[in-house]
Amino acid sequence: MGFSFLGLITVLLVYQLIGELIVLAFDWPVPGPVIGMFLLLMTLLLRQAWSPYLVEPAQQFLRYLSLFFVPAGVGVMVHLTRIGEEWLSILVALVISTLVSLVVTAWVMLGLAKLLQKAKLGVK
Amino acid sequence: MDAFNDIWVYLAASPLFGLVLTLVVFQAAYALYSRIHYNPMLNPVAISVLVIITVLWLSDMSYEHYFEGAQFIHFLLGPATVALAIPLYQHWATLRSLWIPILFATSVGLVAAGLSAFWIAQWLGASMETLLSLVPKSVTAPVAMGIAEKNGGLATLTAAFVVITGVLGAMLGPWVFKLMRLKDDRVAGIAMGVTAHGLGTAKSFQISVQMGAFSGLAMALSAFIAAIILPWLMASL
Repeated sequence: MGFSFLGLITVLLVYQLIGELIVLAFDWPVPGPVIGMFLLLMTLLLRQAWSPYLVEPAQQFLRYLSLFFVPAGVGVMVHLTRIGEEWLSILVALVISTLVSLVVTAWVMLGLAKLLQKAKLGVK
Repeated sequence: MDAFNDIWVYLAASPLFGLVLTLVVFQAAYALYSRIHYNPMLNPVAISVLVIITVLWLSDMSYEHYFEGAQFIHFLLGPATVALAIPLYQHWATLRSLWIPILFATSVGLVAAGLSAFWIAQWLGASMETLLSLVPKSVTAPVAMGIAEKNGGLATLTAAFVVITGVLGAMLGPWVFKLMRLKDDRVAGIAMGVTAHGLGTAKSFQISVQMGAFSGLAMALSAFIAAIILPWLMASL
């Protein structure tokens, strides 16, 4: 069970293409692949029998996700002058905002989960 | 020496060089990373970027020229984003039972990450283009770059911030959760996915499968929410 790599990449590219066309047609600020992701999720929820064809090969493909970031990361060399001038503000902003994001997300999630649990117990 | 020169001229003119360089360097960096038991200090993306920039600098090759070959790898970020629908689908039952806390935590975390980075860098005197490129830095690269490009930031600068943030999140996350005495892997996973996208998710999978699944879910969800909220947020900054 499961598509070959060629089958998987074809499905993904078809959804990406539809996403790009929708973004173009409606002039949305959302990137095309995100619309493609949403449409594929909807398709899988409506046609659950199709998912076994995609799950295994998609997991294989997503294992290489970090490789796909490399060419974009190398693009930092174009901005070396800017980063040289602003490195302190960039570094401080990245470190502190990373800590803020970790703590705030965890707190909101914990707080709301507790609140919901209390509400459910209250109903019972 | 002449023969070497001829070969170099051929290689430098062909897009094959950038492509092969990226594949070889990344796999070497990944082999090193697995040998040191996935210590986040030696993140393979960060190492690959440093090595490739050094090679390009030594061989006096421009980024544009390198990218002629590397674009074939870069292009796969699009289908990879579409493929995130699959982990989302797999965890649909959990997502549905916890959808209110997950949705709120992801949205609040996403905005907190972008705004805190913007305000801190603004306070320290960074330029407007840098500030706008910082806002989507917690979101997975293809989406973050798309958002930056369409809203006054620089896509390649955002890509660098995304990679650095991912490495930082993977390094700091486990330490922060210990300090918070956070024991719930579902909550920790959501925080990692929102903050450090794919690189945080890779780290989460090493801690537990549940944490990895929730991190992947948060990454996909935050990519979607970011695409809707951040353009609007950035226009108002």
